[in-house]
This record gives sequence, C-alpha cells and structure tokens, in this order.
Amino acid sequence: MSGIRVGIPSPLQSYTGATEVTAQGHDLEALLADLDRQFPGIRFRMLDEQRCLRRHIRVFVNGRQTFSLSEALQPGDHVAIVQALSGG
Amino acid sequence: MRDQKGASSTRLWVATRKGAFLFESDSARKSWQQKGPYYLGHIAHHVLQDPRDPRIVLIAARTGHLGPTMFRSTNGGRTFKEVSRPPAFATRDDGSGRTVSHTFWLMPAHRNEPGVWYAGTSPQGLFRSDDAGDSWSEASTIHDDPDYRRWFGTAQDGTPNGPMLHSILIDPRDPKHLYIGMSGGGVHESWDRGRTFKPLLDGLEVVGGFDPSDPSFHDPHCIQMCPTNPDRLYQQNHCGIYRMDRSEGRWHRIGKKMPKRVGDIGFPIVLSPHNDQTAWVFPMDGSDVWPRVSPNGQPAVYCTVDGGRRWIRQDAGLPTGQAWWTVKRQAMSADTHAKVGIYFGTTSGELWGSRDGGAKWSLIARHLPEIYAVEAFVQ
Repeated sequence: MSGIRVGIPSPLQSYTGATEVTAQGHDLEALLADLDRQFPGIRFRMLDEQRCLRRHIRVFVNGRQTFSLSEALQPGDHVAIVQALSGG
Repeated sequence: MRDQKGASSTRLWVATRKGAFLFESDSARKSWQQKGPYYLGHIAHHVLQDPRDPRIVLIAARTGHLGPTMFRSTNGGRTFKEVSRPPAFATRDDGSGRTVSHTFWLMPAHRNEPGVWYAGTSPQGLFRSDDAGDSWSEASTIHDDPDYRRWFGTAQDGTPNGPMLHSILIDPRDPKHLYIGMSGGGVHESWDRGRTFKPLLDGLEVVGGFDPSDPSFHDPHCIQMCPTNPDRLYQQNHCGIYRMDRSEGRWHRIGKKMPKRVGDIGFPIVLSPHNDQTAWVFPMDGSDVWPRVSPNGQPAVYCTVDGGRRWIRQDAGLPTGQAWWTVKRQAMSADTHAKVGIYFGTTSGELWGSRDGGAKWSLIARHLPEIYAVEAFVQ
C-alpha cells in the first residue's frame, strides 16, 4: 500500500527531521495518529486534547483546506500541514 | 557542581519569552557564565531543577503557534528531551472539556516522594507526575467541581496570559498538605495531596464593592511558605501584601506599612531560607490602568526583617530613574547561602543579583528576552 505524502512545516521539523514524510491513515485523524507513532509528541503540538486543530494549524488535502478530522484520505494523497505564522 | 576548593556554585535558571537560559556562578557569586538559549523561540514559562535529584530539570514551554509541551533533562541540564506526555485535560465529547494553553508553574513534591512533581496550568488545572516529569495526569477533583469551575473563571477573568494555577506549596512535614493560588480564584488548601481543596481567604481584601467571601474576586499573585516555619505563609496579592500564621488561619495585610508613594501592589514575593521574618517584594505601579512598571520609573526591592512591621527600600546599584520595567511573579528568587543571594529578572530582559540580601545590586545580564521566571539553585 502506497502511503500518503505529508508536508511538514518548519516548526515541526524538529520531530521529523524532514520537510516531507510518508504516513498511513484512512482519514486525517488516523493519519495524525500514525504521524505520532512515527514521531512521538508531534500530534499534541497540532491537535489539542479536545481533538481540535490548534489555532494556527492549517491542513490542506490535495490543495484543498480542511478542518475535519474525518476527512477521508486515499493512498497517494498529499497532505500539507501549514503553520499560519504571525508576529510576536 | 563544586569548584576545586569544594565551594558550591549557584545556578540561575531563567525562563524567557524566547527560550530558557542558564547562568552559573563562581563560588563567590561574582562572575556568571551564560549558557543557552535552550529551545530558542519557545515561550518558556518556568524552569526548575529538582533539589531532591539535581539530574532532573524541567522546562515548561509552548510556542505562539504550537501546543504546549515540556522538556526534561536527566543529566542536570546538559541535554533536554521532550517529555512523553505533557499536562492535558481529559477529552470530553460533550463539549465540556478544557484545553491546556500552557503549563505555568512547576513544583517538585515532598522530599519523601522522589520523582513526584506537580504542575499548575492555564486555564487552571493541577497535574501530577510520578516519573520525574516524563508523563502527567490530572491530580485534582477541583477540575470538575462546580464551585471551582465557577471560581476558575474564563479568559475574561484571568491574567493577560490567561487564568493561572500557581504557587503550589508542599508542607515539608506532610506530603498530603498542599496550598495553591489561583489568578483569579483565591488561595486554597488541601489535606489529601491536592485531590480536594478548600478556600483560605479570611482577612484578604478584594477590589472595592465586591464580596470578599466569593473566591472569584480574589487574585493572589504569589504565595510562599517559610522554609524554616511551614506554618507561616506570605502572599503578594492584587490587593496588597499579606502574612498568615496557619494556626490563626487569617491573613494580615502587612503591606500597609509600605511607603504610601510606592504602595504594596506587585507580583513576586521571596522568603529567607534561614528565618520566618525576612521577605522581599518588588512593588510596581498598580494605579488606574495598572501600568505594571516600577513606581515613577524608579525600581526598588523592599525587604522586611521583622515579619512585615517595617519595610526597607533596597535600590543601591539599580537605575535611579527612567527604568520602566517590573518583575513578574516567578521572576524573583533567593538562593540558600548563609548570606542570601536575591535575584530578579525584568520585563525588559535584565537579570539582576545581590550577594548580600538586597543591600547592593549588580547587573548579571542584559538584552535577554522578557523574563518570565528566575529560579536559583545551589549545588
């Protein structure tokens, strides 16, 4: 099974050591769980304990923004995790 | 860490808005060597080295754009690694769940409970670790108590950085006996390791026109327990400086003896490691819109050596004017030397120290980011 390519923003590359990694998951929630298995701790920096994406985290699936953890994913999809950086 | 003559060194762990720093002195506390920054760009709220096991150092951190976390050293600060499970509230599907914005306060537990730590968060939560800070879980029923949920308030009631649980104090005679402060929400005492708490407000004033019997209206800024007398507490509050002898159970506003032109509003309070009569505060301008700077731009520490009957201005070496900064509640600390060293970090990124209990001050570092916490550690 081919994986899903996941783009990693610079603030999270301390976890992955790479700008892009491969993960598995039938939806976004499963994908984040797999990322956390591979890179422990990365999920909580993006998703809070009430399962909400944190304030400055944006996720794009094949170029389209989504806010839903149940967003279905297919092998070969591209998921871009983006940090909406602001000042301070 | 001891030098070749066997004398101890003093460490200052400094938490700033842009990362953590370490300053380490020679045995005379005259020169300081800077290390860091650690986790540059992270907002470090507190850094603490465990006096029971100096190998353990915890950094409570977040960034402006990522969730909160904690970093841990198991080799005295040489290297750090992210903890396995930082403090987080229980997940609730009914919408009642809360989200930790950041861990604000760290406190090692009782000496007879090695590896146990407590943490206070924003919004208010009390967390506990049983593995020297590597994993954390909720420690108190107050998280779901209807009264406490009301007293916690919301973002509208808290500090500019959110409502905070702070000043976790452990009775050295009884690991089950704790105190906490809530900004806002008052002072609270527990006799069961923090599982349950009761308010401890008698004698505290609140802003005029509000009911002092309601914890919601109380805002303790920093509470400290005397190392030599755990039954004596001191407090810097939104409404003045207080002292309590626990057997009496009533707070007394000892800040009324401060000079009127300075007042008794501020954030930090530091106690002597050697007696229960000596305390240091750093007053700020708490008038009208709360400028939160030194009164008249003239910073000074005030010290009492008689339990608050009199206060002595200590400003030798500090700027004499146009110094528009102040000191946050965790940014002032005492070491444990016979001649007590006092240290504070400013909102403008200066680190000051005194080797003689505040009689004379010298600048240790400047041009740091805004300083959130300073913790002295003698080894």
